[in-house]
Amino acid sequence: MADKVLMKGNEAIAEAAILAGCRHYFGYPITPQTEIAAYMAKKMPKIGGTFLQAESEIAAINMVYGVSSTGKRVMTSSSSPGISLKGEGLSYLAGADLPALVVNVQRGGPGLGGIQPSQSDYFQATRGGAHGDFKMIVLAPHSVQEMAELTVKGFDLADKYRMTAMILADGTMGQMMEPVSLDFAASEPVAKPWATTGTKMEREHNIVNSLFLQPDELEKVNFERYERYKVIEENEAMYEEYMMEDAEYCVVAFGIAARVSKNAVAEARKKGIKVGLIRPITLWPFPTAAFAKTMGKIKEYISVELSMGQMIEDVRLATECSAPVTLCNRVGGMIPSPEQVLAAIETAAKNGGAK
Amino acid sequence: MNCKRLTLLCGHYGSGKTNVAVNLAFALKNRQDKVSVADLDIVNPYFRTKDSKADFEAAGIRLICSEYANTNVDIPALPADMYCITDPREGYFILDIGGDDRGAYALGRIVPDILRENNYDMLMVVNCYRPLTPDATSTLEVMAEIERACGLPFTGIVNNSNLGALTSAEDVLSTLRYAREVEALSGKPLRFTAVEASLYQQLQGKIENLFPLQLQKKLI
Repeated sequence: MADKVLMKGNEAIAEAAILAGCRHYFGYPITPQTEIAAYMAKKMPKIGGTFLQAESEIAAINMVYGVSSTGKRVMTSSSSPGISLKGEGLSYLAGADLPALVVNVQRGGPGLGGIQPSQSDYFQATRGGAHGDFKMIVLAPHSVQEMAELTVKGFDLADKYRMTAMILADGTMGQMMEPVSLDFAASEPVAKPWATTGTKMEREHNIVNSLFLQPDELEKVNFERYERYKVIEENEAMYEEYMMEDAEYCVVAFGIAARVSKNAVAEARKKGIKVGLIRPITLWPFPTAAFAKTMGKIKEYISVELSMGQMIEDVRLATECSAPVTLCNRVGGMIPSPEQVLAAIETAAKNGGAK
Repeated sequence: MNCKRLTLLCGHYGSGKTNVAVNLAFALKNRQDKVSVADLDIVNPYFRTKDSKADFEAAGIRLICSEYANTNVDIPALPADMYCITDPREGYFILDIGGDDRGAYALGRIVPDILRENNYDMLMVVNCYRPLTPDATSTLEVMAEIERACGLPFTGIVNNSNLGALTSAEDVLSTLRYAREVEALSGKPLRFTAVEASLYQQLQGKIENLFPLQLQKKLI
């Protein structure tokens, strides 16, 4: 392969997963992520891996549970309605402390919605995604290169913390083509002494399960799990700052919205408005520290989203409502234009942070 | 270049067929009165010739396209008026076919008529920067799969090797060997090399049969 290849975001995820050592993919086609499955179908048989198109999303996520129990790297991918179907399995993975990589290339909703891009599964992804107390590590790429890099990172984090890592992309990120370098450092394999690989009569049985007969036992594992989540919150938050040094106004955006917003921020700077951008790369853990240091300096935060305003709640929490947080959005498969974001910045600058 | 009445653009998924098709149509319209673009893509609901609908209308080029292209649903439907393609009275056609063998299946129903009339070119659009066609051997595999799926033999190659917006003149020049190898191994002539219009001047004189591309609308 050449130094750089021209890839769709979906293809970059698939190829990066293979490079990360994933040899088991289970899925069910749904636009706009079908290229992940198509790529796996072409490649996995050639490298001794498994591609299996399951009879449904629910079957696929439970196959992920099975393979993960044996300690192998495994993934599934879908788009919004399909992720809802996987909800039960996501909760079971969490309850059994199993690592997995799950990709959501979001489309417009709710319901069947449409096939154009969206970010309206933010709540679903960052609040766990199904029943019970649990979290997923949520990674939000904003370029095809990052689609690849965060996929590898996702496998590593999932193994390290024994939990699901989710790539939360959108239809545009999945479909757009950009040059990608796949020259990664190979990820470090993590020992998995808990895996069900056969005792060989040399150790006690390993049991992978999310059922607890005694409520106090179930309470104990929940508390322990949240201790682990605390470590993740302290160590794994990732974000990018853009023109934030002297910023008085702060745009907050991830994924495709961040690309649009960067253009708008650059335009606003030309007009003399001191505006910057914080781009959360991990949506859970939310990069609270990035906001803590802005408090008192920023007059208004503008959350740019392809949803009715979901991340905006995390921005309010992270900034402790120290300044107004306003929403600039499009939904239903529409994308905010740089002009729309620029107008929101100009309005904020005119108001001067007045509530 | 001289066009047959029907020019079919086939190739690997994401090789750039649609952009080549759109530009061929405008080039052809300069020389022919009656030009149509037929979008027979049943694979990808995005990035369709429909993106250029307004430009086609302004130029007097007819667009035949599924009403579901670029909408909120993924319905791999073919337009009913595609049957006019095989009527010689309808003039010249540029046909944009979906990627890979899966896309080529859409041609099945009109192939007998195309063969009977025998006034067609079927061009394989290649891009060696795409991950699944990095060399001549893998490209030939895709060519064979497409021919098997639609039952129509290729008549030429279009080198559209590029790295998107970051493509340099050097990036294109270094693909000529690959394109010649595809030509030699397949026995189909390399018809032209397509480059983004901004690279055209730099490469003029360095590449035979250079064809400039005005890209369709860019998302971000």
